[in-house]
Amino acid sequence: MERAVVTVIGKDRVGIVANISAILAAHNVNILDISQTIMQDLFAMLMLVDISNSDVDLSQLRKELEAKAQELGLQVIVQHEDIFRYMHRI
Amino acid sequence: MPISPQEILETIRMIRMEHLDIRTVTMGISLLDIRGDSIPLIAESIYDKIVEKARNLREAVEEVSSKYDIPIANTRLTVTPIAIVARAKEDEDLFPIGEALDKAGEAVRVDYIGGFGALVHKDCTPSDLALINSIPKVLANLNRVCSSVNVASTKSGINMDAVLMMAEKIKETAELSADRDSVACAKLVVYCNAPEDNPFMAGGFHGVGEGESAINIAISGPGTVRAALERLPNATFAELTEEIKRITFKITRVGELIGREISQKLGIPFGIVDLSLAPTPEEGDSIADILRAMGLEECGAPGSLAAIALLTDAVKKGGLFASSSVGGLSGTFIPVTEDAGMARAVARGSLSLDKLQAMTAVCSVGLDMVAIPGDTPVETIAGIIADQMAIGMINNKTVGVRIIPAIGKKAGEWIEFGGLLGKAPVLDVSSFRCDQFVKRKGRIQAPLTSFTN
Repeated sequence: MERAVVTVIGKDRVGIVANISAILAAHNVNILDISQTIMQDLFAMLMLVDISNSDVDLSQLRKELEAKAQELGLQVIVQHEDIFRYMHRI
Repeated sequence: MPISPQEILETIRMIRMEHLDIRTVTMGISLLDIRGDSIPLIAESIYDKIVEKARNLREAVEEVSSKYDIPIANTRLTVTPIAIVARAKEDEDLFPIGEALDKAGEAVRVDYIGGFGALVHKDCTPSDLALINSIPKVLANLNRVCSSVNVASTKSGINMDAVLMMAEKIKETAELSADRDSVACAKLVVYCNAPEDNPFMAGGFHGVGEGESAINIAISGPGTVRAALERLPNATFAELTEEIKRITFKITRVGELIGREISQKLGIPFGIVDLSLAPTPEEGDSIADILRAMGLEECGAPGSLAAIALLTDAVKKGGLFASSSVGGLSGTFIPVTEDAGMARAVARGSLSLDKLQAMTAVCSVGLDMVAIPGDTPVETIAGIIADQMAIGMINNKTVGVRIIPAIGKKAGEWIEFGGLLGKAPVLDVSSFRCDQFVKRKGRIQAPLTSFTN
């Protein structure tokens, strides 16, 4: 399974999960885990997603998520999961 | 164990807010198999080989950068020192080879190409002399090409004839680019104990002990270290060291990941991660600001050597464990123009050329991006280089001199290069002369390396 982390940062508002997950679903990207936290007074939503069956590549997915995030006044960051494993696990 | 939200956010904070990035992915290419009966024919074969070897490099770098959302500031190439490849006669002009390197670099979309250089720590061959004489024209006219000449080593001493020659070439290079604040000198390094796998410029080249090709990585992380230390104003020295090790481990791991992945994509061996903390002119991405976060009023204040020694050593201890293969320069960079905090320290009067040189004795990697008055005599530049080579030779470490005689400018006036090269005030240089000393012919002999008390 190939996984990525989608992080959404910004002011909390109605519809963040719905909007972001609609794009993921449209590309057959499955949400494996989802959590929310606060980072320096900002709302942060983190999604662990399975991209193995995605019908677009990671940079295309990022482009679409970024367009939507901009509409909602949010920032979205899409990264392959390995960067976190490398940095935080031995 | 799954990755926690805090860990994910720490990574994002480091990249998005604290300027963590990969400074460069540098591909080393051996040119030892290049043959040709004339300089133009050699130049042509060099162009063909580089374009063939590096044709997919840029694309691989962009793909990996996108996959992890980590910026990669530069893509670069290094080649075998051209003096060895060219086998030139003393009076031959090696500009056509410089041009071939520049054009090949353009064709494969890299930012810099290093290796227009020579290894002359014992003595010069005719080909070395041809190369050294070609340096000013090459650097002033070709934007991508970088040059380095190794004039000293712990095993062979300091080739003082080469030191004086390089001082002349630095001055000529400055004059040829006088209309651009003598920027061509930013692409020229004079070395002692040059490493063969350095991914940084301007001193990068692909050493003769290296293989056919390799992928070498350098990281830029001063901003993350500074931010971490600012969160610990009352920490003890032990706690400070632990925090630097922890942060450096993480940033080195990013370099290791990127290097391995690009190496795999291209089918080229992974070389090394260089552990150097490389600053950028971005606000806060500064070694001087790390020293301030440690408790110095300004970089250059008493305590600066102790602070930078602690930093450099802790970076190595954290980084070595994070990578399977460490190399290159692996020191702390204190380039004056490229680090906005260092430039500020010079402007405030806390950092002099002498203090800067003293700092290089504990942190590597030499006098870097230092602007001096344009009317500084060649012999004085040779004296500054000789002093720096002596620090490297006696202490068994790599040091370089990348010095910019700013033509038409005096101490205190600013030079401005823009981009990663930054800006800084011109430093004052001693007016006492060393002409008779640097003009003696020959070599300062290699030092004794036992009886070290």
